Amino acid sequence: MAYFILKRLIQSVFVMVAVAFLAFSLFRFVGDPISQMTGVETTLADQDRLREELGLNDPFILQFARFAGDMVRGDFGYSYRTRQPIGEMLVSRIPATLELGTLALVISLVVGIPAGVYTALRPRGMVSQVILISTLVGVSIPTFVIGIFLIFLFGVKLGWLPTFGRGGTTDLGWWRTSLLTTDGWRALILPAVTLGVYQLTLTMRLVRAEMMEVMRSDHIRFATARGIPWHSLYYRHALGNTMIPVITIIGLQFGGVIAFSIVTESVFQWPGMGLLFLESIRFVDIPVMGVYLVVIAFFFVLINLIVDLLYIAIDPRLRLREPA
Amino acid sequence: MLRVENLTVQFPGRHGSFTAVEDVSLRVAPGEIHGLVGESGAGKSTIGAAVIGLLQPPGFIAAGSLHLGDTDLRALSAQEAHRLRGKRISMIFQDPQTSLNPLMTIESQLIETILAHEEISTAAARTRAIDLLEEIGIRDAATRIRAYPHQFSGGMRQRVVIALALCTSPELIIADEPTTALDVVVQSQVLDLLRDLADRRRIGFILITHDIGVIARVADKVTVLRGGRVMETGTTAQVLGQPRHAYTRALMAAVPRLDRKIDRFALPEVVSDVVDKTNVARAQQAEDWLLSASDSTAATGPVLAISDLSVRFIGTRTSLWRKPPAFIALDNISLTVRPGTVMGVVGESGSGKSTLARVITGLVNPAAGEMLYQGQTLPRGRVRTRAHPARRAIQMVFQDPFSSLNGRHRIGTILAEPLLIYGLEPDAARRRNLAAAMLALVGLSPDAIDRYPHQFSGGQRQRIAVARALLARPDFLICDEPTSALDVSIQAQILNLLKDLQARFGLTILFISHNLAVVRQMVDDIVVLKDGRIVEAGRSEPFFAAPRHPYSIDLLSLTPSLGLLDQAIPA
Amino acid sequence: MRQFWGSDGMWLFRRSPAAMLAALVAVVIIGAAALAPWIARTDPYDLASFSLMDGFLPPVWQGGDARFLLGTDDQGRDMVSSILYGARLSLLIGLSAMALATVLGVSLGVAAGYIGGRFDGMVMRIADIQLALPAILTALLIDGIARGILPREVHDDLRVAVLTLAIALSLWVNFARTARASTFVERNKDYVQAAIIMGQHPLRIMIRHILPNILGPLLVIMTVDLASAILLEATLSFLGIGLPSDSPSLGTLIRIGMQFLLSGEWWILWLPTLFLVALVVAINLLGDFLRDLLNPRLR
Repeated sequence: MAYFILKRLIQSVFVMVAVAFLAFSLFRFVGDPISQMTGVETTLADQDRLREELGLNDPFILQFARFAGDMVRGDFGYSYRTRQPIGEMLVSRIPATLELGTLALVISLVVGIPAGVYTALRPRGMVSQVILISTLVGVSIPTFVIGIFLIFLFGVKLGWLPTFGRGGTTDLGWWRTSLLTTDGWRALILPAVTLGVYQLTLTMRLVRAEMMEVMRSDHIRFATARGIPWHSLYYRHALGNTMIPVITIIGLQFGGVIAFSIVTESVFQWPGMGLLFLESIRFVDIPVMGVYLVVIAFFFVLINLIVDLLYIAIDPRLRLREPA
Repeated sequence: MLRVENLTVQFPGRHGSFTAVEDVSLRVAPGEIHGLVGESGAGKSTIGAAVIGLLQPPGFIAAGSLHLGDTDLRALSAQEAHRLRGKRISMIFQDPQTSLNPLMTIESQLIETILAHEEISTAAARTRAIDLLEEIGIRDAATRIRAYPHQFSGGMRQRVVIALALCTSPELIIADEPTTALDVVVQSQVLDLLRDLADRRRIGFILITHDIGVIARVADKVTVLRGGRVMETGTTAQVLGQPRHAYTRALMAAVPRLDRKIDRFALPEVVSDVVDKTNVARAQQAEDWLLSASDSTAATGPVLAISDLSVRFIGTRTSLWRKPPAFIALDNISLTVRPGTVMGVVGESGSGKSTLARVITGLVNPAAGEMLYQGQTLPRGRVRTRAHPARRAIQMVFQDPFSSLNGRHRIGTILAEPLLIYGLEPDAARRRNLAAAMLALVGLSPDAIDRYPHQFSGGQRQRIAVARALLARPDFLICDEPTSALDVSIQAQILNLLKDLQARFGLTILFISHNLAVVRQMVDDIVVLKDGRIVEAGRSEPFFAAPRHPYSIDLLSLTPSLGLLDQAIPA
Repeated sequence: MRQFWGSDGMWLFRRSPAAMLAALVAVVIIGAAALAPWIARTDPYDLASFSLMDGFLPPVWQGGDARFLLGTDDQGRDMVSSILYGARLSLLIGLSAMALATVLGVSLGVAAGYIGGRFDGMVMRIADIQLALPAILTALLIDGIARGILPREVHDDLRVAVLTLAIALSLWVNFARTARASTFVERNKDYVQAAIIMGQHPLRIMIRHILPNILGPLLVIMTVDLASAILLEATLSFLGIGLPSDSPSLGTLIRIGMQFLLSGEWWILWLPTLFLVALVVAINLLGDFLRDLLNPRLR
């Protein structure tokens, strides 16, 4: 088991290095950093001097090593567009995205899993059919449409909730949170629901499919033949076995949430990392793009690792290999 | 105790209602093991499911009555029926691996089952569970009870399954193919256990199986089913020894005997297999084509000679410090196959017999040793060129008729492939012709050539597989469990076919099987494999008459077969 | 024909009104979109065909002009034509991206599954890395890189191609993984073993034997990914990264329409939205239907 964990760790590091490499290649080969940073007035001689100072003439590997080293130490470079240190920009934006993403994920799980279980256990009921049809539609509506619709309904027509921005925030050290004020919550609800809807439908369909599959398995049949009470069958036996594949997907979904946040943040003008990335694309702000890549990859790799560890903790087949 | 009267079960479907079980009646007394035997589709599992109330939807009981003691099973509500399950009737299934919840310890599964039906303390339930496990043969039950299912071996797992069915002291246990997935030795132990439980605890058993030998071994009474109907019922000795119904007689004639070798299985002429005159002519055409290629100079030396062959598989890494263990599939194997004979390779699962076939055909590489084919070195798979003559000369018939033919190709295409690949017939029309002729030779109608595999039954597909092998004009045919997936009567047909072909064309065959009775009927020489090693080898009849190695002796005595019956009733 | 109509597939189809409705809607929408150049009254890309004077006209049932059944947008373009052309563009990009992703993903997946070993490991590493970056991100990145590499005019001309490439590159992994998993299963089946024993060339085995047998699950993924591709393109256009307003896809139209969310010209926003959702729902329903059809156990 220790070997397995070690292997996964090494794989994760490999993925991180690969992504960092990709990001770095972006920096170096897409566009010329020098011309981006200086104006037309700078003489060629000055440009060359700048190049030398920044170490842009050094061998590729050396530059990459410096880049990677900087990243690890938390020095992310400077944005072409705003000339600010990217690290600072990240710090102000990460909390916004993380809070949004986490709430969306919570919504999707709290609604999605029970809905999935319900429709698996009572597939022919009226309620199930309604749920199924609405999830089908939910999966087909793009996130931004949901956002627009919610803004229209709750923001414009009913006027209950704000339509953009974060509203009231409080600072806990460097972490700016929306969670401590009602105003903050009111601003958080619509974007979180928007982001959560798509994930919710995915979760629900997955849980349903897996659960139906498990209900058909031999050990459920055997348990039924032994007269195990129904509720124990459903919730202890079936649900337990369903959770294992579901956990992986949930892990991936958190990643999806972070990604889709780009769209949601755009619709609601939510000042998170997604919006930052979008602006960097528009202005071809390569350093920010690169850093965003690396940060996102880091999140994903971390989540995947956690999911794998959870797997091991839950499934006895992975934990214990010795024969009895 | 159990009274089933005129049971009819139907499955409504797309094409109308399908009657799986029709007008079936049987009785099971306490302490009696009642066998339900029949070929696939006979409805045996359906009857078991109907009795316990676990019919797969949309199946339903259309008519008949089910009584357990005084209780009318059909009159129960869903709740009552579910409470009955486990308490009075229990059921065990074929595959012990999938029957247990992988996420719960044996302990929790046992305790949960006991507590579901009785109001006792958890501690008392645990003691009962431990005692039960010891009783059915799991030693150190107190420690091992905390383990998970995957940590037990196959035989132990089936015992745990039986314990789970027993722990609530039911009156009736329905066992659906309980030993089919187990090795001979383990199977023997489990059958003994069932007999013991029936005798000591007076539990009634319905033993569902397709294996007549098993019935002969432990069943008191037997009911023979076919197409959902009862063909015959009575005591085991009478039904199997002196069958009255024509179907039962045909079935008994098709069962391979372990105690003696017969020339051909005596099968009734089945109407659909009668070949008309044009087919006979075509079959002759194929025969001529096959014979035209064989050398007039008869081979003198052995066709295949293997010396000191070893095959190792490297396991997956599970630890950083220790190297992954190597699994030795074949360990220093040596054997020779005489020309024109059938060599049998016998062994249980994991003995290495399939690996042997794979290393000969080049799918797997040996770690050491040498193979000689017709006196020439047979290169191992990795270095064997695609055009090497051995690729054509050595052909194989596989076990699973459902996966050995590409479902997306027509029969004609499948059959023509060897002719195309080996360059045996450059003209497309003649290839088609030859394929049709070969179909006739194996007993199928030539118009099968335009159909798809899924339109044929298992037995027919196996014939097609044989035809495909023959179309390569092989000298050496490897049959890897060719009939293990087939019903007994179909198996007999295919074995007859193989015997005929072998006699007519003088094929050299390597016949691999775990079924000793089948092997006895087919082979001239025999080799017994255990854990990758040959434990005994020699001519077939002397081996079966008097095996020497303890393992062979065990295998022969523990294989359930009809021969046991002959000891019970005087001839 | 009778065999087709009486087959299992059609039976399931006829029994499910949802599937029939989906088929009808899909056919109508896709047909209309494909035939846009012929049925649309005007060409919304032709700057000369519309004038600002006709702008902001509501749909015909709210008192608009009979020439413009669904009204006009802020530039005076006919909504019907815009939607049809937009759908056409969305479909075009969606289908091309899906086709590209299929070819790339299936070839790599089957090869990885069949050859195994290092090649498989390599392909899976790449897939892992790509999976670390979700679809939108990949698409945005590719576009960003293209922007950085190509001079502005070239990039604008190649908009459609870049977009298609970006979307395809974010979807291929799905195909690759499914194809690989299916190939693993098929590879161990006896008919493939028989072919290997015969000495058939690996390429022949992959194409003639394995590929036809793994089409089932791939077909389902194709419909799902078609829906994803269309959604992805719509999202990118909405974000302003995709197609511009002078050759709009449905996503772009929605972006334009969003400006009028508060002001009352609802048709500019909601009609293209409705059309997009209907299209994707229809495709998803078809995909669900296919999945049920191909899974014998659910029947």
